[in-house]
Amino acid sequence: MSGFFERLTASLDRPVVGKSRLLVFLAALALVPTFFVPLWHMTFVAQQYPEGLNLYVYSHNLVGGDDGNDLTEINVLNHYIGMAELKPADFTELKWIPLVIGLIGVLTLRVAAIGTLRSLVDVVVVSLYFGAFSVWSFWYKLNYYGANLDPKASVEVAPFMPPMFGYKLVGQFDVWSYPAFGTYLFLVFGLLLVAAFWLSWRNPGPEPTLSNS
Amino acid sequence: MNKRNILRATLALFVIGLFVGLAACGKKPPQRRGARAGAGGTSDLANAALATYVAPGDLDEYYLFYSGGHSGQIFVAGVPSMRHIATIPVFSPYPGTGYGFDDESKEMLGEYTWGDSHHPGFSETNGEYDGRWLFINDNAQGRLARISLRDFKTKQIITIPNISANHGSSFVTPNSEYVTMATRMSVPFPEGTYADVTEYASEYQGIVAGIKIDPDDGNLTLGWEILVPPFNYDLGDAGKGPSDGFLFWTCYNSEREFIEGGKLEVTASQKDKDYILMVDYREADKAIAAGSFKTIKGAPVIFPQETAGVAYFIPLAKSPHGVDVSPSGRWIIGSGKLSPTTTVFDMEKIKAAIAAKDFEETIDGIPVLTYNSVREAEIPVGLGPLHTQFDGKGYAYTSLFVESAVAKWKLPPYDDGADMNQYVVDKLPVAYNIGHLVAAEGDSMSPDGNYLVALNKLSKGRHLSVGPSIPESAQLIDITGDKMKLLYDAFTEPEPHYALIIKADKLDPIEVYKKGDPEWPQHPNAIWSTEEARIERKGKTVEVWMMAVRSFFAPDVIRVNRGDKVIVHVTNIEQTRDELHGFAINEYNINLVIDPGETKTVTFTADKSGVFAFYCTNFCSALHQEMQGYFLVK
Repeated sequence: MSGFFERLTASLDRPVVGKSRLLVFLAALALVPTFFVPLWHMTFVAQQYPEGLNLYVYSHNLVGGDDGNDLTEINVLNHYIGMAELKPADFTELKWIPLVIGLIGVLTLRVAAIGTLRSLVDVVVVSLYFGAFSVWSFWYKLNYYGANLDPKASVEVAPFMPPMFGYKLVGQFDVWSYPAFGTYLFLVFGLLLVAAFWLSWRNPGPEPTLSNS
Repeated sequence: MNKRNILRATLALFVIGLFVGLAACGKKPPQRRGARAGAGGTSDLANAALATYVAPGDLDEYYLFYSGGHSGQIFVAGVPSMRHIATIPVFSPYPGTGYGFDDESKEMLGEYTWGDSHHPGFSETNGEYDGRWLFINDNAQGRLARISLRDFKTKQIITIPNISANHGSSFVTPNSEYVTMATRMSVPFPEGTYADVTEYASEYQGIVAGIKIDPDDGNLTLGWEILVPPFNYDLGDAGKGPSDGFLFWTCYNSEREFIEGGKLEVTASQKDKDYILMVDYREADKAIAAGSFKTIKGAPVIFPQETAGVAYFIPLAKSPHGVDVSPSGRWIIGSGKLSPTTTVFDMEKIKAAIAAKDFEETIDGIPVLTYNSVREAEIPVGLGPLHTQFDGKGYAYTSLFVESAVAKWKLPPYDDGADMNQYVVDKLPVAYNIGHLVAAEGDSMSPDGNYLVALNKLSKGRHLSVGPSIPESAQLIDITGDKMKLLYDAFTEPEPHYALIIKADKLDPIEVYKKGDPEWPQHPNAIWSTEEARIERKGKTVEVWMMAVRSFFAPDVIRVNRGDKVIVHVTNIEQTRDELHGFAINEYNINLVIDPGETKTVTFTADKSGVFAFYCTNFCSALHQEMQGYFLVK
């Protein structure tokens, strides 16, 4: 194992080469749609909502289905149990997530242009941290909204956690929650970077000269 | 076999099983009537059950719009289930939808609290129902209304001068150029004139009118009026194809008299023939453009004495009711209700007679075409023919009031010298005394030829008794085969006269007034949040901007002084379908119903002091009972 890390450390100053650059560039491109497509999708179905209510989490916004009305409807229903109104303005994530995606994108382009394997590893590490933090933040918010219910609400319910991944019965609602297209693009982004690293590492190009001069 | 068919077959077996079971139990089987009467019952019964059963959650294939007669409304049902789905109030207040309680609908209804809606008419494009608007006449107050089929609401009611008892209405031309209005009960002319009935023949007059339809927004405006003799103008239809450009009305009492105590039913039945009045509306347009009219009581009136070529009379067996144009537009079918025949006229022959000036006589400047020159055939359909519909397969269906039946007969061509009885191919008894009938898309140029609904005046004994105010009956008939088959009995409140059937997919109704949708411009007094809710006083006027949402009003307390003028604008800020809210102030005779995204205004005087609760009348949510407030009058 120690041999692996030695070899890794020894390779880190190698430039990203050939096909790897293309893969890194494609990874950066894969981030572009994440500004426009939802990252997460929750569906609420009940007897009187046979077509379901939909809630989409974008990097910069919370959007209800049915031209946005489903979010209003979810808030109207939630007011009976004393849940705070879900307002995009109250989610700071929606401000910093797009900023960080942009930052990662720029760093990724830098790797594609002039990067070494070291900078590629940096991007992967930062992205992993960003991804993990975002998921935690989402979990925390779901928990926060489900746990902090107005004690004077008309309908008294025990604090609850809406599902983050998978299915859960919440009151009369069957709720499904799954990552959406944007999150899968992040996976593609990560896989492309790993593939680029793998290619560059296994097939080193000519020894770096510029960096030594 | 798909799931639905299996379900239907199961149902049929269940129904059959039920009868077998009842018989086996030794109980007396139910008395068999109507569809069950003939042919051993079971097979017809099963077919009828399959043909009309719309499973829970499934939708009907057609909309049926019944006129509501003197209820002043329109009833909406589905075909083939015949289930009543909704009522559209038109000429009468209807607390169920808050119609006639808010300022806008109150103003539209004007001084009247009822109307007599008779003949619905769809807007058309190229002779086909286009699903945009529905028009309906008021036979009592001489009015015409337009309903939007986007939100199923009455949008406009117009009154025009000089018309009395608008019965020959609302018949629409193939590209919605005009919808008709006509006087059924002649009065002295111009309107408001006093003349005794002893002067009926000389001082009383009829009017027929063309009402223009704005092609963009459907707005109705008077195009022209034509002064016609004091007959009773009854039913009408608009030409199409070769008869496009012409409007037709039957008329009775061509005896032109009203003898006090003489019984109109007797005096108006003396002559053997009355007439179809035929108007060439393009000639009427030309007369207006050429200035050949007089403006009387604000209406441009064309006088046939002075303007030739606008109107003609076609003789028809006496006391006619329906005049109906075949889908091709060539055959004009008139039914004299006291004659056992219905008469087919040929539009080609009518045009030729006009060109040849082949006239029997002239009445008040209107030429009477020679009967034998324009008549194609007299069909011996049976007793009391009233109204005719079509299947698009070359057959016509005429209602027989006296015989209480529907006659199916063949349209031309006919063999020379043939016995006309052979062309009456089927007859189906109906329960009872049919007035109008309506076929699926039956007034269009391409009727669907599958369903026919008989609109019967009597229904005695066909339903659970509800006392002496017996409802009307509507019977669904299958016309796909050679023989008509009775499928189903439905019952309606008083009193459908005519109805229309339109394919469901031609309509695309909205269910929410979407905020920001340009089709539904923002009401000037709409508010969308509790922050905007407010009460402002200016002198002795208190104006309230209120919002309603599950399950509260904001504001929920209104304080005024006795004698104040109060204006309340209520916006239902819901954007979810079926989340309606009501706003009723007890003991103030106020009940608004506000649909999702809608704003309604009510203006009234706080003339009673005390404390009055207001509340949501249209059930909205689990805490609907708590949706209330107080109106305090000091």
